[in-house]
Amino acid sequence: MVLNIQQGATSHSAYDLRDPNAQIEERHTLAVLVENEPGVLARVIGLFSGRGYNIDSLTVAETDHEGHRSRITIVTRGTPSVIVQIKAQLGRIVPVHEVHDLTTEGPSVERELGLFKVSGTGDHRVEALRIAEIFRANVVDSTLKSFVFEITGTPEKLDAFADLMRPLGLSDQARTGVAALARGA
Amino acid sequence: MSRKMTGAKMIVEALKDQGVDTVFGYPGGAVLPIYDEIFQQNDIKHILVRHEQGAVHMAEGYARSTGKPGVVLVTSGPGATNAVTGLTDALLDSIPLIVLSGQVPTFLVGTDGFQEADTIGITRPCTKHNWLVKDPATLAQTIHQAFHVATSGRPGPVLIDIPKDVQFAEAEYVGPKQIPPSPYQPKKKGDIDAITRLAELMEKAERPIFYTGGGVINSGPAASQLLVELAEATGFPITSTLMGLGAYPASGQKWLGMLGMHGTYEANLAMHGCDLMIAVGARFDDRITGRVADFSPGSVKAQIDIDPSSINKIIHVDLPIQGDVGHVLEDLLKIWKSRGRKTNAEAVRKWWAQIEQWKATNCLAYTNSDSIIKPQHALERLEALTKDRDRYITTEVGQHQMWAAQFLHFDQPNRWMTSGGLGTMGYGLPASVGVQVAHPDALVINVAGDASWLMNMQEMGTAVQFRAPVKQFILNNERLGMVRQWQQLLHGERYSQSWSESLPDFVKLAEAFGCKGRQVSDPAELDDAIREMIDHDGPFILDVLVEKHENCFPMIPSGKPHNEMLLSPEAGAFTGGGALV
Repeated sequence: MVLNIQQGATSHSAYDLRDPNAQIEERHTLAVLVENEPGVLARVIGLFSGRGYNIDSLTVAETDHEGHRSRITIVTRGTPSVIVQIKAQLGRIVPVHEVHDLTTEGPSVERELGLFKVSGTGDHRVEALRIAEIFRANVVDSTLKSFVFEITGTPEKLDAFADLMRPLGLSDQARTGVAALARGA
Repeated sequence: MSRKMTGAKMIVEALKDQGVDTVFGYPGGAVLPIYDEIFQQNDIKHILVRHEQGAVHMAEGYARSTGKPGVVLVTSGPGATNAVTGLTDALLDSIPLIVLSGQVPTFLVGTDGFQEADTIGITRPCTKHNWLVKDPATLAQTIHQAFHVATSGRPGPVLIDIPKDVQFAEAEYVGPKQIPPSPYQPKKKGDIDAITRLAELMEKAERPIFYTGGGVINSGPAASQLLVELAEATGFPITSTLMGLGAYPASGQKWLGMLGMHGTYEANLAMHGCDLMIAVGARFDDRITGRVADFSPGSVKAQIDIDPSSINKIIHVDLPIQGDVGHVLEDLLKIWKSRGRKTNAEAVRKWWAQIEQWKATNCLAYTNSDSIIKPQHALERLEALTKDRDRYITTEVGQHQMWAAQFLHFDQPNRWMTSGGLGTMGYGLPASVGVQVAHPDALVINVAGDASWLMNMQEMGTAVQFRAPVKQFILNNERLGMVRQWQQLLHGERYSQSWSESLPDFVKLAEAFGCKGRQVSDPAELDDAIREMIDHDGPFILDVLVEKHENCFPMIPSGKPHNEMLLSPEAGAFTGGGALV
């Protein structure tokens, strides 16, 4: 018997119909809208640790004070079937209102903020400033021997910035993890 | 009218408003205000257990036999941690429970106070949801919401942790109708296009099968009725998981018996060879699928389930239908009928001819004996002597549980209570008490093994105190039978720690608890012993000494596919299927 369901389509149904046996891991950015109540982050994190899913990055903050809503942005990694499971399992958590897969639901923007401390003197210091300018990074703290740069962009941009700063005296960094929104209205 | 009252009174009021008639619990320091309120009313009956795990299993038995949520009340710290096994059991079997736990006063939370435990943290992964109530003004609303969450969508256990100062504090009581509707509203209706596609598949299928599970039972008696109607109208064969027994009657024409690790030969081979599998409220557990890569390789699979995370979790499903089993079956029947009630009758007839051949294997055959009671024989006699009564069966976990599933027949839902997902030894005795409390006049039998039964035997005291005439039918092989079987078949006959020495004398134990007991070892006396157990007006322990080394067959060793079953030496020769004896 043949079932007339188009394989390979990214459908907007609740189910992913792509090749279920694909073993290639994909990176997905999930937006999880939750009730802002005590323990809700623990439920989400507990789900990931309890079921052995990966978290590449996670950010959370209240987005609607009146409506008690928070938005959790999770970057995760898994085979297509695991990604489907992650979304379904997130959807089971009672205070989770919505789960959106920004990777498959259309175009989206992703941004991360990083603070990078670069310590050094002389040519290294000048070179660090020049690269920061190219990357449109701001200097938010300066001493005679160090800068703290603030930079916003995709995780890849921040990675590239860190790679360039490493030989120039990168001594410390703090990153927020990814925040993401769907493009368009 | 202002209804200001203490938190403790509010709890009792809220339970009454939710229609609760029975609470299973155990008092302690952090719940004394609630117990004080229970003392001053007569609407809610409190069953005093002997251990909190017993309370949760009793509530499970109550819930599974009535379809209503079970309610448990325990104290903080050890009271709550003792409830954890029961909560996990109820989570895996999707049983609606409301567990109320006391907590140290809010100003002591986090200080390692006496009998303090992080109950919310400990029970987060083993409940469907849990709440810590810090403000008495939200207590009543939280309890009403807890009932809603426990019973909607895929049911499950929930826990409310209530600090002692919240029980003393006064606030306004709100009734269930005064609170805003919960945002938690799982979808019940299935997608009509998908259901229509399933009807199309059913019209064409040559080798169809219904694979049904606990979701049918949880959906309510109407879902079971619809399932029977569908199976009879289409003529398709039907099998069920351990959890779903009774949804389709075992006396029905289309019944193939249970499937899975100890399922029947015909059910497993039909699953392996089908071309259309219709999963109804069943979740492809590993005890069902065997080796996933070889699971029913040639079939189109449709799955009806209310929980989207159960779909495509283990087995890829071609046609998922998210919705409540009852609602979806109703629509499916309607659509299939309106399209002219068509099936591929000729092909289905051939399919049945094949199934009849498999049935002829007589996979449940065993060699009976005149000198020693075979466990299978004991269950066949129990079946024969009780089948005409309003009968509820609970079980412990192990060989006896599988034999009970094979040899006892259920023609109605909510009559079979067993720990399926978690496999909790010690489940059956307290569950039987919970069932009996809900159905005081029914015949309630716990089919047990000696080792499992000992795990919660203290609840015999509860049965005696509350005059619950539960019948404990212990198949005593002085072994951990299933462990012994695996050691024999899979671990080179090295019987590591799988025998029970120093077993108690179960008859004297019955007397010590204040009930009646009997031991039987002669097959000729078995019927008389069973009759005495049934007819006795009160709790009864029947210690049935059975063959010690009997194995439970058929068996699919874990990690093997359905067509590599081990059959008992007594099962007839069979052709095809490639099964190993």
